[in-house]
Amino acid sequence: MHDMSVNTAHHHSPPTTFISKHVFSLDHKVIGKQYFALALVAAYVGMFLSWLMRIHLAWGDAPIPGLQLLSANGAPGGVMTPEYYLQLMTMHGTIMVFFVLTTAPFAAFGNFFLPIQVGAEDMPFPHFNMMSFWVTFVAFIVLMASFFVPDGPTLGGWTQYAPLNSVGPVAGPGQGLGVILWMASIGLFCVGQLLGSLNFITTTLDLRVKGMSLMRLPLTAWAWFITSCMGLTAFAVLMPACILVILDHVAGTSFFVTSGLNMGGQMLPHSGGSTLLWQHLFWFFGHPEVYIAIVPGIGIVSHILLANMRRQMLSQRTLIYSMGALAILSYMVYGHHMFVSGMNPFSALAFSFPTLVITIPATIVVLIWTFSLYGSKLRINSASLFALGFISMFVSGGVSGFFLAQPSIDIMLHATYFVVGHFHLVMAVAAMFGIFAGTYFWFPKMAGRMMNEPLGKIHFWLSFVGAYCIFMPFHYLGMAGNVRRYAAFVDDYLQPLISVHRFITVAALITGFAQLIFLYNLIHSRFWGKPATDNPWEATSLEWSTATPPPFDNFGGKHPIVYHDPYQYNVQSSVGDYVMQTSPEQVKTEREEL
Amino acid sequence: MATTIHEPPQIDSERLPGHGKGGWKDLSPADGDLRVVQEYSPPPSSTAIWVVIFGVTMMFAAFSSALIVRKGSSYDWQSFTLPSILYLNTFVLLLSSVSLEIARRRIATFMGGLKNHVGQPNTQNPSRWLYITLALGLLFVAGQYVAWRQLAAQGLYLATNPSSSFFYVLTAVHALHVLGGLGGLLYCLRRLSKSTLRRNTLVATARYWHFMGVLWVYLIVLLWIKL
Repeated sequence: MHDMSVNTAHHHSPPTTFISKHVFSLDHKVIGKQYFALALVAAYVGMFLSWLMRIHLAWGDAPIPGLQLLSANGAPGGVMTPEYYLQLMTMHGTIMVFFVLTTAPFAAFGNFFLPIQVGAEDMPFPHFNMMSFWVTFVAFIVLMASFFVPDGPTLGGWTQYAPLNSVGPVAGPGQGLGVILWMASIGLFCVGQLLGSLNFITTTLDLRVKGMSLMRLPLTAWAWFITSCMGLTAFAVLMPACILVILDHVAGTSFFVTSGLNMGGQMLPHSGGSTLLWQHLFWFFGHPEVYIAIVPGIGIVSHILLANMRRQMLSQRTLIYSMGALAILSYMVYGHHMFVSGMNPFSALAFSFPTLVITIPATIVVLIWTFSLYGSKLRINSASLFALGFISMFVSGGVSGFFLAQPSIDIMLHATYFVVGHFHLVMAVAAMFGIFAGTYFWFPKMAGRMMNEPLGKIHFWLSFVGAYCIFMPFHYLGMAGNVRRYAAFVDDYLQPLISVHRFITVAALITGFAQLIFLYNLIHSRFWGKPATDNPWEATSLEWSTATPPPFDNFGGKHPIVYHDPYQYNVQSSVGDYVMQTSPEQVKTEREEL
Repeated sequence: MATTIHEPPQIDSERLPGHGKGGWKDLSPADGDLRVVQEYSPPPSSTAIWVVIFGVTMMFAAFSSALIVRKGSSYDWQSFTLPSILYLNTFVLLLSSVSLEIARRRIATFMGGLKNHVGQPNTQNPSRWLYITLALGLLFVAGQYVAWRQLAAQGLYLATNPSSSFFYVLTAVHALHVLGGLGGLLYCLRRLSKSTLRRNTLVATARYWHFMGVLWVYLIVLLWIKL
């Protein structure tokens, strides 16, 4: 039984043309799907690049058939040069961090579900929302265009450290036009995210329906709201940094290039710039970016686990506060990326302390999940498996963060594969598992059809085992002194590690093929999947109160009224062991019975 | 009913013209508040403009910290005297804020059908002060251009010295944001000419415009101290 008030003030008119419906759409749901499609394409491009890198690391002299077609100079005869390896690595990191880990869990799912979860027809500024996607799309095209310029893409890594990012072609292939395209792309990406944040914040604060108090928001809505606040703060800082780099390139300014710099046998004309300035500006964005990628996952995983545990969270309010604490603390810890930059040891201590403190809210989140799961009869499906996988990756990757948070240890492990293993588990794989969990959970609502469960479970187990096979050995490599970003292992002490790299490469190829199972499942289910009911998971939040897929105005000319907290499971109601947020039915909750 | 994107003209009941309170908030004739379940929420445009202001503040905080770090990182910083026209520009921009406030009050009175201070029905064109604000804003941007030309005449270009680099970057980015504000004013004028201007639109535009003034005062103090 749902309570819907009749809406007499419907101000939308559905799109009438193909262009306005599917291309330049103002509908948040279409924009969410567009973001999802963009992230999907970006993810497979990024994965393909990682395959190329892994094959090269394992069998450096073996030609990769067809690679010379991608870049004749970068891979003559199919064998990539060290510079081209760095270029592929840079593009892999950039594509994954910005266009997958930021785009999918926040912009894609958030766009589709945030307005529905608060009971709104749409975002308050749909034109800005449309611009947000298309600016992001152009940013992706600009970035990909750098593959097709004479020197190829930049080789400076996704962190684009100065002065390498500012001195031009003399620094190597891709450091001229490639850097400019990178900076332009990321600058545009920032604009897109700022426009998105504007809509997310106003939607959450201003468009909640009657009865939807802040504490009745689902955890996903909270996660997207907190993430949008972080994005507003972080991307507004990265954009000026990109502008300054472009000026160093095209206008001859000296923001980031030190004086007296000799490169390639020539004295550079710049004077007195600060290379550390870039690091400060970048990491002020860069560390919150880690949480921009992971906090939506925390919300999504909580949302999914609750629907499958069929009970309430141990403390939803504490989990919300913990996500907020993660967001705030994320701005105080960025200096731990710069322990080896020559900073004052007291400054290092000042950044080390909050880095250790930030593990407290992260641990609280994990403990809430763990104790909530304890004793529950969890429904095992693809979504809940990936949610559990998220927790596993988040914990495994997070534990190594304790070590890296301490300057004395970090100095030894900095720029080694230990760091690569750490951030891939805690940020990349965990966030990807959050994306997969969200996809399996919400696909029925987005597409109107169910995904194939057996294929989903195969996808999970291959990905779960594969991810550990890839990234746990990275920690060993790092402790053995294997420096990251090396294109070949020619030193004596690195030779014995090549067999480990080969193992990782095989694991990466198998895990990569598992993602093709997911792609097949996604496409096949979209057209031939079993039709989904309105509430296939017997979940309680507002997205399950409306039709599948939701109508143009989300609730068919009506607006819901909210009577309950978002996760009323394990109750006795007329429909089963749950009560929808929109149901006026009075029920006794688990705690009331206690 | 809570989530109309294009909210209808609305007015709080206690501020209806019949109550005689009038004021700048009465921009539109009453047509009932269709967002009855949203009585506790501010209109999205009101929240949005604070979000925009925060984002712009962060952006200029980044530029400011870059200036401070860059100045302290080497000995190549050359100080120079700010072009005197900047002080005139400052006066013009602050004056435009005053004219915008007058415009808001005039438009509120006009839209509310209230009488003016001598008891006559208000028949003045309410857009006049908006046009004056627009002209002052354009004058400010033109003044900034003159300042850039004056610096160039002294041989100080974008890449001459980090001090001049920051001067050009900060003033140019601020001028771009002022142009955005001018776009907002033009939008208000267009909506006003069609009698479809909403109170919240003008309030949000005005808040942004005043913020541009405050931001400029901060910038000129920063430049004066650091350059």
